Amino acid sequence: MIGRHRHCIALEDYSREEILEVLDLAVSMKEVLERPVKKVPTLRGKSVVTLFFESSTRTRSSFETAAKVLSADTLSWTAATSSVTKGETLIDTARNLEAMKPDVLVIRHSASGAPGLVARHVACSVVSAGDGAHEHPTQGLLDAFTLREKLGTLEGKVVAIVGDITHSRVARSNLHALPKLGAKVRLCGPPTMIPPGMERLGAKVDHDLRSAVDGADAVIMLRIQHERIGDPLIPGTREYSKLWGLNAKKAGEWLKPGALILHPGPINRGVELSTELADGPRSVILDQVQNGVAVRMAILYLLAGPGEPTSPERAKA
Amino acid sequence: MNAEAIQRAVRRMAREIVDRAGRTPGGKGAALAIVGIRRGGVHLAERLRREIGEATGREPPVGTLDIALYRDDLAERGVAPVVGPTAIPFSVQGKTIVLVDDVLFTGRTVRAALDELVDFGRPHRVWLAVLVDRGGRELPIAADFVGASVEVGEGDDVKVRLREGGAAEDAVAIERRRT
Repeated sequence: MIGRHRHCIALEDYSREEILEVLDLAVSMKEVLERPVKKVPTLRGKSVVTLFFESSTRTRSSFETAAKVLSADTLSWTAATSSVTKGETLIDTARNLEAMKPDVLVIRHSASGAPGLVARHVACSVVSAGDGAHEHPTQGLLDAFTLREKLGTLEGKVVAIVGDITHSRVARSNLHALPKLGAKVRLCGPPTMIPPGMERLGAKVDHDLRSAVDGADAVIMLRIQHERIGDPLIPGTREYSKLWGLNAKKAGEWLKPGALILHPGPINRGVELSTELADGPRSVILDQVQNGVAVRMAILYLLAGPGEPTSPERAKA
Repeated sequence: MNAEAIQRAVRRMAREIVDRAGRTPGGKGAALAIVGIRRGGVHLAERLRREIGEATGREPPVGTLDIALYRDDLAERGVAPVVGPTAIPFSVQGKTIVLVDDVLFTGRTVRAALDELVDFGRPHRVWLAVLVDRGGRELPIAADFVGASVEVGEGDDVKVRLREGGAAEDAVAIERRRT
């Protein structure tokens, strides 16, 4: 159990110590991934169900890999193939899945708050794999893990997050994690894509990319969602790319040497990030993918591993 | 056991290990390597490495095993055991591995360590060295090298404190557990 948590829904609920506990544990988990036999018996006999109402390949595979390395059984449901298309409600779906006695339910949903809602109706642990524009806690944790691993510490480091902050659950999870670990966060993007009040979370808002990345130790580039292009928030792909996209030339002139580039994926090459940069030496994008498995192993271990088996009595308490 | 007795015991075990490695048939080519079980076995593994180095002129490589992910009592414990680092910076394939722990009790830790060790490869053989054998085995496991055997009540604790672990002085003490 992560401190007082039975679920992993939002990093907003996590203290600095709780986040560090996950990151430290993930270091040990990452070592397991480097072994000749990438499997430990820790969660043998436990089961992890992934329930995805939104498409995702990397996050779901990451959770499944994490569960399998820990020897848990996995079962995956997708909305497209389930009774959701026949009109079943979210709670009914979750309760039906729960009748199969999973220990952890991993949920992705387009509606903010869906995993939290399910958590209140089931006895097993719930992990959010991203909900609407709310949070994507394991992505936030893996970003923090990657930054700490590469920079040594987050204390006093400057991290710029660039893109559609308003619709980004990744940005929101980062905003709830990085400042707790001592990092200074800058947000950058079109004025229409940064919600008001971000300063209250300890972030500095800057609409100019050049000054936002100046002196930054790392830049997290967010994906520009195609579905939003053409809506009034963004002028157009080319203009966005020109003003808020990053390429090798800008990076060479504006970024400090050694500054890292992160991206939660999937990348729109040539829009928010050029191919040269995405595949270049500054990029830690593939490290993020590997670290994602380690961080999710840590979360699964903390929620489903030791301690008493989950019971409805405890759920109500 | 006081500091001097501990040092004597470690030195004797080191000599026994070297001796047995030298005269066991099939031992040739199966180089020695030491693996300490976290956390009690880690410092002892280092001490054994030094003693073996002094005796033979060649220090064997040392690794560390954390068995938290291989425990069989996860469901019975209320809190998550801390998972520490496992580091085996050499291939275990074909080697003579000396597993090291401070206290041998139920044997469950050793069982877990054996399971974990073989996931790193197939050692030629595995020996077990412990500073204190307190009896009370729950599994068919025995130590090959023992610093001291003691009779201890089931409810009591055997505490090994070493300077490397922050103790003022090396000592082995039996503590009556308050119930």
